[in-house]
Amino acid sequence: MATLVADSAHVPAAITALMAEYVHAIDDDRLEDWPDFFTDPCIYRIATRDNEERGLPASLVWCDSRAMLLDRVVSVRHANVFEPHRYRHMMSAIRVVARQGAEYRVHSNYLVTRTMRDGTMAVFSTGAYRDVIVVGDEGARFRERVVVCDHGMINNLIAIPI
Amino acid sequence: MPETNTLIDWPEEGVTRAPYAVFSDPEVYAAEMRRIFRGPVWHYLGLEAELPEPGDYRLIDVGDTPVIVLRNSDGGINALVNRCAHKGTMLLFEPFGRVDRLMCIYHNWSYDLEGCLKSVPFARGINGKGGMPGTFDMAENGLDRLRVESVGGIIFGTFSDATPPLETYIGARLMPNYRRMTSRPFRVLGYYSQYLDSNWKLYFENATDPYHATILHAWATRLKLNRFTMEGAIEMSERGWHHLSWSKMATDRDGEVYETEAFRSGGGNFDEFGLHDASVIEQWDEFGDGITTAIQTAFPNFVLQQIHNTIATRYLVPRGPEGSELVWTVLGYADDDEEQTRIRLKQGNLIGPSGYISLEDGMVGSLVQKGIEGDKDKSSVMEMAGTSIETIVNSRASECGVRGFWTAYRALMGV
Repeated sequence: MATLVADSAHVPAAITALMAEYVHAIDDDRLEDWPDFFTDPCIYRIATRDNEERGLPASLVWCDSRAMLLDRVVSVRHANVFEPHRYRHMMSAIRVVARQGAEYRVHSNYLVTRTMRDGTMAVFSTGAYRDVIVVGDEGARFRERVVVCDHGMINNLIAIPI
Repeated sequence: MPETNTLIDWPEEGVTRAPYAVFSDPEVYAAEMRRIFRGPVWHYLGLEAELPEPGDYRLIDVGDTPVIVLRNSDGGINALVNRCAHKGTMLLFEPFGRVDRLMCIYHNWSYDLEGCLKSVPFARGINGKGGMPGTFDMAENGLDRLRVESVGGIIFGTFSDATPPLETYIGARLMPNYRRMTSRPFRVLGYYSQYLDSNWKLYFENATDPYHATILHAWATRLKLNRFTMEGAIEMSERGWHHLSWSKMATDRDGEVYETEAFRSGGGNFDEFGLHDASVIEQWDEFGDGITTAIQTAFPNFVLQQIHNTIATRYLVPRGPEGSELVWTVLGYADDDEEQTRIRLKQGNLIGPSGYISLEDGMVGSLVQKGIEGDKDKSSVMEMAGTSIETIVNSRASECGVRGFWTAYRALMGV
């Protein structure tokens, strides 16, 4: 049987709240709230599992400041053009894999469906969140969130963050 | 040249028209696989940098055909069809790896790295019974091979004996940019691909069409990273089959046309658009010539790209008449320092399926695919800068690149 990390069963409420608020903000199309879930500076990447496992650093999205996250949102709203669609995130198996003071390394699984305006719905992405979360007096924030897609092939495009 | 055929009734206007039927007809697709993908063209097969040691291999699809590209024991590159001569089983299925021979899992027929059949289990039967007949010739049952050429670290292959040498194929006009971008060994930074709900030619039309670039991709236009009012050109290969579009960001003049004409991509008709963190476009003069964008294509499905400091190859795999896969290999150079690599990774936000200036490219193809579905007897219209397939200097307001693509297409398809 695999060894359990001592803290894995104990996920602070602030962390589960952060993760829930994060997916609801995206799924409810409140993208302007999205950068506030991160510390500044921060890391947000969308990567593929194959690249990560081979140590290849190229990512689909690569941001290292809150302002860069905001630029992603502004671009989605005002510059990029694409067929309108919405996500629905399913998230599970939140696991604390390490803790150092107020900083938690947290892994979880996700699945995102994408629904187009014509009603077509399909599984769009599945994979894992690899997070570094800082818990403080004002709740928890992502210092790092790496979205590791199980798939290297993207259905057409990723405009909205995962 | 292949004989003409009556599969497609091409409009009399010629390459300023593309009949919508070619984007969805299964018979046209089958003819393309035969006449173009097995025809006298060079296909991108990968990079020398991906295969540093003997036995290293990668897989790639050339049209509908699965291919193994490997470094042989002499240090050369072989490209072998990934299909056992016995039953047709794929021999390898991990996309990258290292092998010392090629053995089929089905009945363990085994080949060397040259594709020669070396052993057939139970070839002499059991106790003198069964086994292969005496007429079976191992030498006649090797793997199918492609002809291979590698120039500047990029490996190409062809199925046809009629394909001219690679440098002749690309042509003297476009080899200078090819050399410019391949003068140092590559370093692979990563891979990703996009599945597109559109015929393969709709993406390749997009790649050979600089006309759309500063209009569809509002992000770069608003930030004044790419405008037609910058110094630039569309250079065409001798036969018009391939194109190069380049521009110099620092030379913009009279760029306010995007605002005065109220293009969607201009800044004036939307809220003020600027960057909160401009480090995403932090860059250096990659080749010391001021050129900030260079998109070079090779018919039928290859793109070599410089967009600022993002270097990449793209190739297109047709996936049936109404689907395709666009595969990106994101690159740097082997002698990059850490800071240069960091800048490339950050600029990676500009390209690929989430790229600020590329995420629309796959999407427009699917909009075309849906738009033309009900009218297969009609055609698109491509008359920007007339009917020619000649180089156009200091203007990119031309569809000569797309007309060049259709020129090659018609020649090989015989239509």
